[in-house]
Amino acid sequence: MSAVSPTITQSSTSELLPSIGSELLRAESLFCERDERVLFEGLNFSINAGEIIQVEGPNGSGKTTLLRIMSGLSAAYEGELFWKGELISSARIEFLSNLLYLGHKPGVKAILTPVENLRALMGIRQSVTDEQIHSALEKVGLYGYEDVPCHNLSAGQHRRVALARLYLSTDELWILDEAFTAIDKKGVKDLEALLQERAQQGGAVLLTTHHELQIESGFKKLQLGKPVSNESLARNEELVAEEVDTEAMVSRGGMR
Amino acid sequence: MRASADIATAPSVIHIFITVLKRDLTLAYRRRQDLVNPMIFFIIVVSLFPLGVSPEKSFLQEAGAGVVWVAALLATLLSLDSLFKSDFEDGSLEQIVLTPQPLFIMVLAKISAHWLVTGVPLIILSPILGVMMHLEFETIKVLMLTLLLGTPVLSLVGAIGAALTVGLRVGGVLISLLILPLYIPVLIFGTGTVQAAANMLPIGGYIALMGAIFALSLTMSPLAAAAALRISLSN
Repeated sequence: MSAVSPTITQSSTSELLPSIGSELLRAESLFCERDERVLFEGLNFSINAGEIIQVEGPNGSGKTTLLRIMSGLSAAYEGELFWKGELISSARIEFLSNLLYLGHKPGVKAILTPVENLRALMGIRQSVTDEQIHSALEKVGLYGYEDVPCHNLSAGQHRRVALARLYLSTDELWILDEAFTAIDKKGVKDLEALLQERAQQGGAVLLTTHHELQIESGFKKLQLGKPVSNESLARNEELVAEEVDTEAMVSRGGMR
Repeated sequence: MRASADIATAPSVIHIFITVLKRDLTLAYRRRQDLVNPMIFFIIVVSLFPLGVSPEKSFLQEAGAGVVWVAALLATLLSLDSLFKSDFEDGSLEQIVLTPQPLFIMVLAKISAHWLVTGVPLIILSPILGVMMHLEFETIKVLMLTLLLGTPVLSLVGAIGAALTVGLRVGGVLISLLILPLYIPVLIFGTGTVQAAANMLPIGGYIALMGAIFALSLTMSPLAAAAALRISLSN
C-alpha cells in the first residue's frame, strides 16, 4: 500500500508520458540495402517526445523497410538504434513495452469479431477491460459492429478495428505504416486529431501515409529516395545534432 | 492509483498464455472443417492398410501399432504448415513478436492449441483403429499411452520447422524434409513400446525414454521455434 499512496498525485495522463522534447528513439548512420539497391545510407534522425514524423517517398523508396527496422522487426540494416540513449539490443524489453507498431498488415483476423480481435491483440500487451474495448470501438465508428465477424466488414472498417488500438494504447511511441489506407475523410480527420492530441501529451508518432496531413505543431517530414541534403531532412539533422554530441560523449565514455 | 494501474496494465505470463490459447482455440473452432482433415486422413490411411496389404489377423497384430503411429505422424505433419501461416499472412505474428513478454510463452500456447485440436483427436480415435487392427485390449492401452506422450512431441518439434518456413512460399515440402529426421526417434520408441507390450515384455524403459523425449522437446522447442520466428520475420 505504501507504494501506492505517494503516486496518487500523479494521475494526469501527461505524467505517464515523457516530457516533450526528450529523445525517445534515435537512429545513427542507418544503412539498408535491398536486392543490391541502396535504400538509404548514413541516415541520422531521432524521434523526440511530442513529435510526429512522417516518412515520405515514392513507392519502393524503403518507407516500410525503415519502419520495420525502427520497430525492431527487421535486422537487415547496418548502423545503430538507441532507445532513450541506450542501445536497442540492451533496452529491448523497455523499448517493446513502449512501442505500438501498426503494420501494413493490421493483424486483424477475418474470422474473429472486432471485440475478439482487440481482446487478443491487447491481451498480450496490457490488461484491458471489455468496457475499454467497447468504448474504443465506438470511437473508431464501429458501434454496432462489435460482434460481426471481420470478414463481413468493409476494408475501411477492417482497418478501423486495428486503429482502435490507438485509443487503448498507453505506449510512448507509435509506429504506423500506411495507417490511413481505406479510411474515409472524416476518419482521417479524427485520426489527425488523435495524433495531434497524443503528441501534445508527450507521445511520439512515426508514420507513413500518402495523405496530406493537417497537423500544426511538432510535425516533421523525413524524405526517402532523394538526396540526403534535402531541406526537411537537414532540418531534422540540425535538431538532432546538438543532442547527438552530448549523447555520443556519454556512450563513448561508457565504452572506455 | 498509478502504481496499481501499472501493475494492472502488465499482464502476467499465465494470463498471456491463456489469452493466446483461447484465441487459437476460437480460431480453430471457427474453422472446424480444416480440423477434420488430419483426422479423416488418419482414419483413411489406417483403414486402407489391411485392404492394400493383408487382412490377415496375425499380420495386422504385428503391423498395427506401426501403421497407427505412421498415420498419426503424417496427419500431424499435414497440419503443421498452418500453425503460423495465417498469423504471418494477416500480420498477427508481427504483433506477437513485438510484445515485451517472452515470445516462447506465446509460441508454447500456440503449440498447445495445435496439440489440443490435432493430437488429442488422434489419441481419442486410436482405440477404434486399434480394434480394427486386432490389437489386444492391453496393447491398445499402451498404444494410447505412447500417443499421449508422443503426439505433443510431434507438435512441439514440428513447430520449429513451421516457424523456420513460415515466410517461404513453398514451406510445406521443406517442413517435411526438416522435421522428419527429428520424428524418427519418436516413431521408433512409440512403435517399439507397443511391440514390447504385445510380446509381454516390460515397457518401463521405453516409456521413460519417451517421457525424456517429451520433456526435452517441451523445454527446448518453444525457445527454438521463437528464435526461428524472429529470423523468419526479420527479412
